[in-house]
Amino acid sequence: MADSSDYKTDDTPVRQGADAAPPARTDGLPERFENPGLPPHVPRRADVDEAAAKRAERQVVAMFALSALGTLGFIVAYFVVPADARGTVVGIGEMNLYHLALGLTLAVSLSGIGFGAVHWAKTLMPDNEVIEERHPQASSDEDREGAAAILRSGWEGSQLGRRPLILQSAAGALGLFAVPLVLQVAGSLGPLPGRELYDTNWRRGLRLMIDPSGTPIRAADVTLGSVFHVMPEGWVGEEAEEELSAAAILEAKAEDQVILVRLDPALIQSEKQRSWGVDGIVAYSKVCTHVGCPVALYEQQTHHLLCPCHQSTFDMTRDCEVIFGPARRALPQLPITVDDEGYLIADDSFQEPVGPSFWERERG
Amino acid sequence: MTTSRVPQGADDLRSDGATTTTADQSAATGADRPALPPPIVWSDERVGTAKGMRFLLKKVFPDHWSFLLGEVAMYSMVICLITGTFLTFWFIPSMGHVTYDGSYVPLKGVGMSEAYASTLDISFDIKGGLLIRQLHHWAALLFIVGIALHVARVFFTGAFRKPREINWVIGSVLSLLAIIEGFAGYSLPDDLLSGTGIRAMAGFMQSAPVIGSYMTFFVFGGPFPGEMIIPRLYIAHVLLIPALLVGLFTAHIVLVAVHKHTQYPGPGRTNNNVVGFPLMPVYMAKAGGFFFIVFGITALISALVTINPVWVYGPYDPTQVTAGSQPDFYMWFSDGALRLLPGWLEFTLFGFTFGMNIFLGSLLLLPLVWILLSLYPFLEAWVTGDKREHHILDRPRNAPVRTAIGAAAISMYLVLALATVNDILAIKLGLSINDITVTFRAAFFLLPVIVFYIVKRLCISLQRADRDRVLHGTETGRIVRTPEGEFYEVHEPLDPYTRWTLVQHDPMLPLSQREQDEVDEHGVRRPRPVTHGLRRALSDFYFRDQVQPVTPAELAAAQSHGEHDALESAPTPQLGEPVSAVPGERAALRNRED
Amino acid sequence: MKTLAARRRSPIALLVLLLLGLTMTGTAYAVFQPKAAPGTSATTVSAEDIEEGRQLFLANCASCHGTNAEGNAPAGPSLVGVGAAAVDFQVGTGRMPLAAPGVQAPANRDQVNFTSEEITQMAAYVDSLGPGPAVPDAQWLDLEGADIANGGKLFRTNCAMCHNSAGTGGALTRGKYAPTLMGVEPVHIYEAMLTGPQSMPVFNDDNLTPQEKEDVIAFIVDMDQGGTAYGGHQMGSIGPAGDTLFIWTIGIGLLIAAAVWLGRKAA
Repeated sequence: MADSSDYKTDDTPVRQGADAAPPARTDGLPERFENPGLPPHVPRRADVDEAAAKRAERQVVAMFALSALGTLGFIVAYFVVPADARGTVVGIGEMNLYHLALGLTLAVSLSGIGFGAVHWAKTLMPDNEVIEERHPQASSDEDREGAAAILRSGWEGSQLGRRPLILQSAAGALGLFAVPLVLQVAGSLGPLPGRELYDTNWRRGLRLMIDPSGTPIRAADVTLGSVFHVMPEGWVGEEAEEELSAAAILEAKAEDQVILVRLDPALIQSEKQRSWGVDGIVAYSKVCTHVGCPVALYEQQTHHLLCPCHQSTFDMTRDCEVIFGPARRALPQLPITVDDEGYLIADDSFQEPVGPSFWERERG
Repeated sequence: MTTSRVPQGADDLRSDGATTTTADQSAATGADRPALPPPIVWSDERVGTAKGMRFLLKKVFPDHWSFLLGEVAMYSMVICLITGTFLTFWFIPSMGHVTYDGSYVPLKGVGMSEAYASTLDISFDIKGGLLIRQLHHWAALLFIVGIALHVARVFFTGAFRKPREINWVIGSVLSLLAIIEGFAGYSLPDDLLSGTGIRAMAGFMQSAPVIGSYMTFFVFGGPFPGEMIIPRLYIAHVLLIPALLVGLFTAHIVLVAVHKHTQYPGPGRTNNNVVGFPLMPVYMAKAGGFFFIVFGITALISALVTINPVWVYGPYDPTQVTAGSQPDFYMWFSDGALRLLPGWLEFTLFGFTFGMNIFLGSLLLLPLVWILLSLYPFLEAWVTGDKREHHILDRPRNAPVRTAIGAAAISMYLVLALATVNDILAIKLGLSINDITVTFRAAFFLLPVIVFYIVKRLCISLQRADRDRVLHGTETGRIVRTPEGEFYEVHEPLDPYTRWTLVQHDPMLPLSQREQDEVDEHGVRRPRPVTHGLRRALSDFYFRDQVQPVTPAELAAAQSHGEHDALESAPTPQLGEPVSAVPGERAALRNRED
Repeated sequence: MKTLAARRRSPIALLVLLLLGLTMTGTAYAVFQPKAAPGTSATTVSAEDIEEGRQLFLANCASCHGTNAEGNAPAGPSLVGVGAAAVDFQVGTGRMPLAAPGVQAPANRDQVNFTSEEITQMAAYVDSLGPGPAVPDAQWLDLEGADIANGGKLFRTNCAMCHNSAGTGGALTRGKYAPTLMGVEPVHIYEAMLTGPQSMPVFNDDNLTPQEKEDVIAFIVDMDQGGTAYGGHQMGSIGPAGDTLFIWTIGIGLLIAAAVWLGRKAA
């Protein structure tokens, strides 16, 4: 390898593209211009002036020395500066000074080496350009024939041509051996979805509770223009946090979260929406029907709900239909009513799957 | 090993014949022949180290800043590997529940996952931990910025052409892996912002036809969010993808060594050589030094600029979300596509739900972009019919259609990417999100067409300007009055070195003008594959409006009757001189005679 | 103030803050007697104040809101029953009087053209037209003993989706926006929660108790005072968009400059 790249091993020159020697024309002019070769070498200041070379040397040494100082500074800062030192830095504002000290000293330590080495290479190392020859990537005919001969004799030696059953059975076995491994990993990664995507924890009679405090809500508390972020009773608050695993609570939050507002009943356009609410108080799933972000931006004047992830906009006065953005379906409404003590409760569970669409959604 | 077998210095090609010795030569020709240090002799006797050193250390790299963009990516990856290893010493990839009791007061007593709590500990309670975290994240962003610019450089200079198609495909896969690696990484802290990203990812997967809900349950180990996704992303982030990245990256570098580096056109540069500086010592110092420069600048940035302050976002909670939820920039195009796709793309057919408003912009868009990217070299070669090896880079203007295609694709990508920050744009520019979204929807289709046209015209204008410069020289600003009273500006002819760069590219013709109909022995036209018409049309499209390089005859003609562009003394040493071989070959030939 | 100070752990700073806190606590107790919970009109105002307020109202507000604040759609809504808190918020933050019509009234703290006394008088007048939320009691604004961490939880559930988790604001539909909370007076944050100005919904005391509101304000004030600032410049606290802007301009720019220098022949 080492030798072959020094020279052309092939006597026929590789003539490609612009480098192909242009054929002469009848008027004596070549068809193409000729490559004039490298321009004359212009010496650098450090090449001709010893003082300049000395200066470059000093600069390189200074940069390396600066790097060493930076390293030293890092070590000192690591032990001396209090880890919670804070201060105001010009152009930045308040920040942690320990972090700043470590970062700046590290930057000096590293860039000192970098700039020193590059400056050294640029000013003092030889700057004569060197030429390395190229050769076509393809192997020589001899190599190709040699390889072909090995393949042929290997194929014959394996007797696969004469005994096709071996080939077929080997191919079959090799094709199948990965199946158990794939089956194990794919089959055991997680449970089947089952009914999970169709169902939430909302049940008839569960109180609507403020998230995250877990206090129940009276209908009278929900004044015009206010918004409540709601979870079902038993799935939010301190008691639930003690009883349930954190994972169970997070999974519940991901599907059960509800947004509760009071609209002027006169604004509500659909009879279903009105009858599933209480005096204009309506509850909707807060999980976006696009990819599932919480649709939590309620504009109390326009009654629009905006999803901050992809800007799907739902109109609460029109049963949360999509009026803008990439979502297709309206947010599902939670039927609510009031219990004997005046607290809002779910009248039923959701009547359709909440959250993003999925293939078999309509088959529930 | 004889002394004649050292690499040839450039001096052989210089017309002035001045001899300056290269380091390699001086080392080899000195009176006292240098001997290998004993440790290398020891290892050479066992593994043949000297052979490898001889091959590697004299490898030549051409100098150009754009060749360092790939190195930015490479070094950023190394920084990520170093800092990432540090982070694993403290990070706990678990979604187990803890109550925070660290030193960050605004989160004291808040319930959160161990992953988030340990990220807070790294940020506030591990000395220098915040610096390592910021280094890791900034280096990760630089890694992908470096890759993006490197891909652009390779594309616009045509460096992907034969024999480098395989390396282009490897590079494409590397870039895809890099963004997946990035996504997995910024999801690990389990903060509110990244958790929202994972929530969206669950939505993407759920939208897949037929297998969507199964795929989601398998990946998350149950319903979202479950307890498995952080540990699984962790092992992908620290083992699976890095192993693939490092492996493919090694192959990428080995192929660069096998192919030898491409070079920009210029005097002395031919398709059969590479002109530059040897690894030992120049590039050892330059490339090694550049690693420290990249690391140092990343450290500087990390010292001064906050990145991903997870403590501001809070722990992930599926009921919470923050305004301005965006992923890191490399995922913007996909998230932007989701913001632009209209809702009516979701429909129900035969009782099944087709969530195309999501599926198209996520699970389909990602592979689609990378498949198109990977296939481009093969498509272009098919259209141009070019089967030659290329080691001299194209100047982007000399491939107007490719350059225009690249620019149009970038404009399309940018529309999608900027759609992701439509809410940020809205508040910062005082515009309406709705207007921005609608504008972007139109721009996605219109902008690429406009950009294609403008960029192609721009390339052609630049090519014409090049021709003008070659034919009429450069303007000197000196005005001369002729005896007849006419004024003209003196144009100075280009020296052959400057001129070469402007005339070296190949004149190219479309297929339709190049090929003759193949005729069989009966004089009947051979049938063509059905795709031939398409190929021909595309070839015409690719080469239409091509500006051909100036030929010596054209230059001679311009000089002979260019009264007004009268060239003061036109030295044309090249014209008429018999040409036997290009200089590089001459050098090689001369060398062989030694 | 104690929770705010605990983060600054430098002993001297802690001491100073503690002393300061104690002094302020004493002063606060001396000045403000515990009062009835807000939500009802508690502050006593004189009839002259109401009359002064009426005059100010007629001169500055009546053209849009009607001479009796009955509303003059579409120029301005009725102010009957909006309460003193709404007036104090709208006028005190410079939103009203509205300088120019637009999708929403922008905050304009440098252009508050009324003294606090005048604002109190206008508030008294509007309050006299119909009961509404009163200006909050100082006890909920001193941030005394407020739980920042709890405030953070409530903030992320109720506020972050519009105002951003860093409180720097966010976009709403059709050019409307949630403004930044940085630099906003605690009293105005409280009043905004209580009255739900413009697009913002109301967070009445049944939704967020006064103590919870105080916690939220303490959390915001802590952020405003640099409580989240650790790792350097925050790039406007707009999340990955800021990082992206930085890395694609200054970040990669520095590296390209280094690369150009590296590739250039030395003089």
